[in-house]
Amino acid sequence: MSDELLRVGKLGKRFGGFVALDNVSLTVRAGERLGLIGPNGSGKTTLINCITGALFNDQGTIHFDGRDVTLLPPFQRARAGMARTFQIPRPFRSMTVLENLQVPLEYAARGPSGRRAVDEALEVLEVIGLRERAQEDSARLTQIDMRKLELARAMAAKPRLLISDEAMAGLSSNEVDDVLGILRRLNDTGITIIMIEHIMHAVMRFSERVICLDAGQIICEGTPQSIVQDAGVQRAYLGA
Amino acid sequence: MKPVAFWGALAAVLAAGLALTNVAANEYYYNALYLILQGMLMAVAWNVLGGFTGYVNFGSAGFFAMGAYTTVALDKALGLPLPLLILAGGAVGGLVGLGLGYLTLRLKGVYFAIATLAMSIVIETLVVNWSYVGGAKGSYMLTPEKHLWFDSYIQMLFVVMLLLTLSAVAVSRALSSSRLGRGLAAIRDDEVAAECAGVPTLRLKLVSTTVMGAMMGIAGAPFPYFVTYVEPGSAFSLFIAVNAIAMPMIGGTAHWLGPVIGALLVGTTQEIVKVTVSSEMNVLIVGVMLVVFITLAPQGIVGVARKYLRRRAA
Repeated sequence: MSDELLRVGKLGKRFGGFVALDNVSLTVRAGERLGLIGPNGSGKTTLINCITGALFNDQGTIHFDGRDVTLLPPFQRARAGMARTFQIPRPFRSMTVLENLQVPLEYAARGPSGRRAVDEALEVLEVIGLRERAQEDSARLTQIDMRKLELARAMAAKPRLLISDEAMAGLSSNEVDDVLGILRRLNDTGITIIMIEHIMHAVMRFSERVICLDAGQIICEGTPQSIVQDAGVQRAYLGA
Repeated sequence: MKPVAFWGALAAVLAAGLALTNVAANEYYYNALYLILQGMLMAVAWNVLGGFTGYVNFGSAGFFAMGAYTTVALDKALGLPLPLLILAGGAVGGLVGLGLGYLTLRLKGVYFAIATLAMSIVIETLVVNWSYVGGAKGSYMLTPEKHLWFDSYIQMLFVVMLLLTLSAVAVSRALSSSRLGRGLAAIRDDEVAAECAGVPTLRLKLVSTTVMGAMMGIAGAPFPYFVTYVEPGSAFSLFIAVNAIAMPMIGGTAHWLGPVIGALLVGTTQEIVKVTVSSEMNVLIVGVMLVVFITLAPQGIVGVARKYLRRRAA
């Protein structure tokens, strides 16, 4: 398939005796909006860590844009066009909000340095609604603004695939709508998005396709409507 | 600091140093100033890795001694002039830095720090057993007779050290505000997030250890001519390693100005106490200052100043 952007093949990851990911295979089309759900500890973040290279998988392969990236260090995957947010915000604490965005602009996107990088960073902050905080120390932001900064930093990398790891946890419903709107607009510009989220209505509204993980395995995959009716998903979330 | 102000200040300091050699004849001044500048150069070098990149190096004396012993060896073997010896010292220091980085940068935090200490001890052991450069006995250096237009060799060495230190400060400042500097700061703040933002962390850390090693090697290269008698005890001195850490910590590690301010404060205090009280109190003074600053102002003098400025702005 020519429009396939990401292919994960038979991925396995263990932590000692604990099997975090077991034979996980999935593909993501270019331009798709994929939701990734599953109970706590089901392996969602581990899967993201393996895809982006923060962790190395023990088994299986990862292809991005037709290229085998299984053994590439994370920075090369970022340069190839993968960006992510972290579930617990990890800003560069000694830097201002603006400088936080300059790092991915200059490194991942290999964009211009100096004045023009600043302008581009400000544009991203404008979109995300952090324009007024540009000169503030990132360590002094509120939790909510830190989450927005995570998303802004991922956007500044000018990715082709953006993985949002619970970017909306703790946001008010208005803010969830804002973030969904931003992700939607990004998607309209052709950026593929994988969204991990516990806020069900957000995932269901946003995703074209949903994958549900439980205990390191994919238990169900389909349209949002079919997922909520799936017996396996209900068992995983509610207990049998 | 504005570029004009910065370069103006560097030129003014250099001019003042040159003017001093026309006014003061007492060799003690040059001796004391040389030691303060040597400390500053070491502090600026330490800060490239320790402050900008966030990796603590306890083995500074090892790098310094590599520079010093490169001079001893090449002077004996080839009789090279000082500028070439300084370049050679920088090259050897840089290579050792690169090697140390390659071997140890997978280690984090305190483990990296211990590895640097171990490296310094290994190099010291090698030098102690290397009879060509004097081994444990040490070796005498003849001060060259030529000293350009200066009245004495120590005056010339002082100006050389002044030039080297000012250059290092300029490099450090350029680094801190560059793309590379932002990459290093990203590593210091969060290495995983830095990688995911496209920063090649391993490569940048190697650049950082190499620059640090080269600067320290350069700081050590003129040392044999300064002391005229080098032995492992003085080249690998604890005092050098402790000062290299203490000066940036006291001045503030996050900013390029921190090690400069710290070196001026600590170095000057040490030189004053050396003549007024006792020459044995040096390490004690650094120790006390370090304890005071770490407990009361962990961000150093620059950190305190920033906090004050911010409060006034708010």
